[in-house]
Amino acid sequence: MKEVLINAERCLGCRSCEIACAVAHSDSKNLLGAVGETDIPIKRIFVHQAGKRNIALSCRHCEEAPCIDACIAGAMHRTADGLVDNTGGTGECSGCWMCVMVCPYGVIRSEIDRRLALKCDRKCMDESAEPACVRACPTRALKFVVVDEFSRDRRQRFLDAIGNESV
Amino acid sequence: MSDKSVDQSTIKMIKKAKSDGIETVWDRLAAQEPQCGFGQLGICCRNCNMGPCRIDPFGDGASHGVCGANADTIVARNLVRAIAAGAASHSDHGRGIVSTLLASAQGHAPDYPIKDEAKLKALAAEYSIAVEGRSVKDIALDLAGQVLDEFGTRKGFLQFVNRVPEKRRALWNSLDITPRGIDREVVESMHRTHVGVDNDYVSLILQGMRTALSDGWGGSAIATELSDVLFGTPSPVKGTSNLGVLREDQVNIILHGHEPTLSDIIVHAARDPELLKEAREKGAAGINICGMCCTGNEILMRHGVPVAGNFLQQELAIVTGAVDAIIVDIQCIMPSLPQVASCYHTKIISTSPKAKFPGAEHISFDEHNAMNTARKIVRLAVENYSNRSPEKVSIPSDQMEYMAGFSVEAILEALGGSLNPLVDAIKSGSIRGIVGVVGCNNPKYKQDYSHLTFVRELIKNDILVVGTGCAAIACAKSGLLLPAAASEAGEGLRSVCRSLGIPPVLHMGSCVDISRIMQVAAAVANVLGVDISDLPLAGAAPEWMSEKAVSIGTYVVSSGIFTILGTIPPVLGSKNVAGLLTSGAEKVVGAVFAVEEDPAAAALLAINHITAKRKALGLG
Repeated sequence: MKEVLINAERCLGCRSCEIACAVAHSDSKNLLGAVGETDIPIKRIFVHQAGKRNIALSCRHCEEAPCIDACIAGAMHRTADGLVDNTGGTGECSGCWMCVMVCPYGVIRSEIDRRLALKCDRKCMDESAEPACVRACPTRALKFVVVDEFSRDRRQRFLDAIGNESV
Repeated sequence: MSDKSVDQSTIKMIKKAKSDGIETVWDRLAAQEPQCGFGQLGICCRNCNMGPCRIDPFGDGASHGVCGANADTIVARNLVRAIAAGAASHSDHGRGIVSTLLASAQGHAPDYPIKDEAKLKALAAEYSIAVEGRSVKDIALDLAGQVLDEFGTRKGFLQFVNRVPEKRRALWNSLDITPRGIDREVVESMHRTHVGVDNDYVSLILQGMRTALSDGWGGSAIATELSDVLFGTPSPVKGTSNLGVLREDQVNIILHGHEPTLSDIIVHAARDPELLKEAREKGAAGINICGMCCTGNEILMRHGVPVAGNFLQQELAIVTGAVDAIIVDIQCIMPSLPQVASCYHTKIISTSPKAKFPGAEHISFDEHNAMNTARKIVRLAVENYSNRSPEKVSIPSDQMEYMAGFSVEAILEALGGSLNPLVDAIKSGSIRGIVGVVGCNNPKYKQDYSHLTFVRELIKNDILVVGTGCAAIACAKSGLLLPAAASEAGEGLRSVCRSLGIPPVLHMGSCVDISRIMQVAAAVANVLGVDISDLPLAGAAPEWMSEKAVSIGTYVVSSGIFTILGTIPPVLGSKNVAGLLTSGAEKVVGAVFAVEEDPAAAALLAINHITAKRKALGLG
């Protein structure tokens, strides 16, 4: 299963992922249409500065997801694909914000008018089967890969560096 | 809070802004973070509609824009456009001043008599305009005409280029960067940076230099020289600075922006007995005119008007609750002012047809009817005094005296009529060198910290500091513009200051008045028969933020003076461009830029540079 993984050192903080996420969750699905919509599309990824680093945070779709455990409405659930989602569950989100309170990353937000908890739902994939945030990232700081592929790349980069040093 | 400023009045007013629920520049900066890395590196291009394009700085993605421009081209084009914008701003300011001189000479601007006839005649002589037996008006008419022609001249070079040492002129000619016309260079820069024109970063940067030189030895110099003719050449004057200059019992008017055309006449209008009577009828003890930013510098050096602060204090002045009107013209005026003012009683009055502010009241300033317009504006402030809410008023007590007004003429007078005593002091080493410290504030850096740390380090090492703009106001607020500050200077500089009764930091005016610093540099080089680049000089913009500063830095370097930038320019996306500016230019124009965010380390760069230049001149 592929995950959105981050090369934090490559993040320039341009917020392109944020814009793409919001656009992907808009009615018109395009930037110019989205900026004109009455219900402003809401992003589910957040670029922050932590010291000198830029970090893009979004739902990690945790294996042991505290938000699912905390949901008393039965809305937050794990899909057949292994994703954590707040729609299409056995019950409907009542906007009690229990999930917001227990998420350690603070990546669940609200659509306050509809009392809905919102989060990364991956309903942003196009024919390339990559999430919108990953497609938008100009430095490829965001990657949509299986975890072991990511770690293999990391390993290779480390080995290359060591190799260059010893030359 | 203390990470935002070293100025106590700023810290107090940021606190008040917070409790009053006011958003300031620091809040907006926080909301902008993280700022876009492409922009910071200068590798985004919006010059055509095949874009916007950006280059992946890690080499993993796009290495060329849609048109084929690489990072070198894009960074250089963006830099040249910033220079063009900065040069245009100074030069259009200059055009405003010469237009006023023309109107005055034609008899259409009766409120602007010529204040400095000697300077008028000296300038006329430079332009080979006959002065003997002619009326001041006739001379002024000819001078204004010839200076206006500089903007579109076809003679091939600007008049003030003749002030530059011969070696430097020859160098500029050999590089083909002698400025040919003020408007022309800005226009050519915009042309060359259009899609598909000049794509060679070296060629682009040379044009950037020529454009900047059309500012430093053109537009800015014209603004300075003709302002002196119209409003008087500054001479040493004393006054007070910082937000503490606002008066609880008076009508407080802040003049903010750049052109003295407006501010000078308002200073006079506020002395009108009728308006003073109206102010008293409203219960005010008087009308307190204060300056801010470069307008503040223009009127403080000519009239000793109090200066309320520098760039980062414009919103905070409103937060005191004691400002009845802020009158603005052009440049460095935050669009947020009407928003901040809406939470208090302060009126924001815009006056330039070139600069309008949603939410402000606009009263177009007309040089042909200047005093009447000025009176009308002052009256609005007087009438607004009674709308002040005493419970919202809190004026920080912080204020400091200053001595300013060191025009080239004033420096010559202090030296007894000739530059020789200064040259001798440099030769003997009691003054090891001169550094121009100029430029803005930038909320990404602690306000005034870089300016003050840098300046203190220099004077301690017997380096005379000359300052303009918001840097000079920072020095004013901390007492460095007082003769008593000589006690902070090294032994050599201290003794020179004490014998002449001058401060170790000389306030030379507004940002266009960096042209005054260039005149001193050229004159000293001419006395010694060397190029400007041979002199123990440096320039610095420790907290710069504006495009004008980019133009200034470039004309200072192109004139042969090593220049240190305290905030990082958006050029690091191209190793070639960054390398040309910080090292390659040495072989081309005899000077380079350095970028150093730590002001103490920056001071060391300046000191070492001056030591090396002294050594090359055979001085100890």
